[in-house]
Amino acid sequence: MELRKDYFADVRKDGLNEIGQPRPRLDSPGHVTGQTAYFADRNFPGLLHLKMVRSPHHHARIRSIDTSEAEKHPGVVRVLTAKDVPHNVYTILILIQIGPEDETVLADGKVRWKGEAVVAVLAETERAAQEAAARVKVDYEVLPAVFDMDEALKPGAPIVNEYHGRNYYLYDSGECRKVRFGDVETGFGEADHILEQSYQSSPIEHAPTETTGCVVAPEGNDRFTCYTNTQAMFFTLDNTSIILQMPGSKLHFVGGTVGGGFGGKVDVIVEPIAILAAKLTGRPVSFIYSREEEMQISSPRAAEKVVIKDGVMKDGRIVARKVTGYTDAGAYSRHSPYGAQKGAAHYPGPYTIPNVWIDTYCVYTNRTPSSAMRGFGVTIGDFALEVQMDKLARLIGMDPLEFRFINAYRDGDMKAHRQPTEGAALIECMQEAARAANWPVAEKYMTMSSYRKGA
Amino acid sequence: MAKVPVQFTLNGSEKAEFIESGTTLLHALRDKIGDTSPKGGCHQGTCGACSVIIDGELKLCCLTLAETCNGADIRTTAGLAQGGVLHPLQRAFLDAFATQCGFCTPGMIMAAKVLLDRTPNPSREDVVEALSGNICRCTGYEPIIQAVLLAARANSQNAA
Ligand code: FES
Ligand code: FES
Repeated sequence: MELRKDYFADVRKDGLNEIGQPRPRLDSPGHVTGQTAYFADRNFPGLLHLKMVRSPHHHARIRSIDTSEAEKHPGVVRVLTAKDVPHNVYTILILIQIGPEDETVLADGKVRWKGEAVVAVLAETERAAQEAAARVKVDYEVLPAVFDMDEALKPGAPIVNEYHGRNYYLYDSGECRKVRFGDVETGFGEADHILEQSYQSSPIEHAPTETTGCVVAPEGNDRFTCYTNTQAMFFTLDNTSIILQMPGSKLHFVGGTVGGGFGGKVDVIVEPIAILAAKLTGRPVSFIYSREEEMQISSPRAAEKVVIKDGVMKDGRIVARKVTGYTDAGAYSRHSPYGAQKGAAHYPGPYTIPNVWIDTYCVYTNRTPSSAMRGFGVTIGDFALEVQMDKLARLIGMDPLEFRFINAYRDGDMKAHRQPTEGAALIECMQEAARAANWPVAEKYMTMSSYRKGA
Repeated sequence: MAKVPVQFTLNGSEKAEFIESGTTLLHALRDKIGDTSPKGGCHQGTCGACSVIIDGELKLCCLTLAETCNGADIRTTAGLAQGGVLHPLQRAFLDAFATQCGFCTPGMIMAAKVLLDRTPNPSREDVVEALSGNICRCTGYEPIIQAVLLAARANSQNAA
């Protein structure tokens, strides 16, 4: 395969010669000798273990919580409920003004998904914490739950999250993020063919080899050091500061070493409650997800539904595209309003289409809250779009790669969300792919360029 | 809880501890003795991150009770380098880019060591089989397989 050599080290004259050269990873020597310090490799005398009592119901009102038996259990040091958390209702993206606060650190009056944290138990040993957690009595009144986005959006569906008051996130643009470009109905009117298809995905768990967790040590001066495997150090520090109503100067976060994350460790979940526990007991605290919690409790990639309607001409030009995207946030927002919004800009794909209409909804259901995962908001959309592209090509009897050349965006093309295309390389990538795969493509496409004179 | 004495050699040096009966070897090594190279990825025998070598056999130390290890010879990745010189497997894991997050790495190296100790010139299938109890979520396994084959080649060149 021929590479664009001008980027590479062996032909550059400007001293910027890293690309194309293997460089040893800085962290590997620690990994192969077992010396890399992950958060759980810190041990402190007197370390307490935190275990969560979790909701067995998808949606329920909490009538009462009785922790007396758990408190009496040998080895138990402290039991925490919602009233112990200074600012119990939070949302991660409030730091960038995406509200309202809609999630509880510990459930208060209600649970909205199966697995939600209700009571935290602190004990001398993991086993004591586990046994005591099983002795906490929570009296639930089970409520009707909704698990499907279409059902959740129907009038009369049970309201999942009262902080929103409706089962979708209200953007400043209304019930969804919208992109309007050209006139999509006119485009459909002119099209030779119209194809409307619906694509759906299930939640996906990241399953990192190291489970989510942190170890917190009080420094004795009302400051706390938190060893964590968060992927979002400063988001976590700032949100912890809000939740605990404690200035950030009292929080010392040590991280950066993550035993696999893939986006699954960007939520602010374990740190605030573990630091609170260390503050209230004066002891070091460890809160580490079991493998079962990692698989069942940690945020997965959102389930998505993407409905694509395209108008296409016999000559291969796509003249109109209408996409409605649905992102299943689960019971709480976390990063999903942002993920759904990314989809709005992304759904036209790397193609230049003159008439585009896009609506993306962030929907609440009584499922495990979803959040970030590798390209969230666009990955499932790309799957849907490219399957749709193949179907369109088949519909008009055209080679699927040539069909993409015809529609590929090029420098200077205006994207539907009003960003001009810059530095496009789709055509060049497809040319390389065609050569590498021995895929026959007409000469006129092999001589095309993303670069347009004057663009 | 009743404490029991346990005594074994870890990477060639004598260790003696009083531990609670029922403590896993993983917990004893990490939290009592301070060798954190075996990792706890699941604590239920499914991920292989806690793999160590006990009397020449590959073992999951999350499923091994410390009190059953009296008199045993225990080897971990932390003890593999000799006098600051990396073991050929460690060298190969570096050179073949076989680590990303590194959490699976100590367990992988232990599994690979048991293989190479018994089968100095393994086939690719032998390597895949030997690593089949160790989960890596980052690399996609191919660089790890290549690293083990690379270490085997380096060993045989040194021997020749
Ligand atoms: S921690 Fe022992 S196999 Fe996973
Ligand atoms: S390198 Fe991350 S699990 Fe293997």
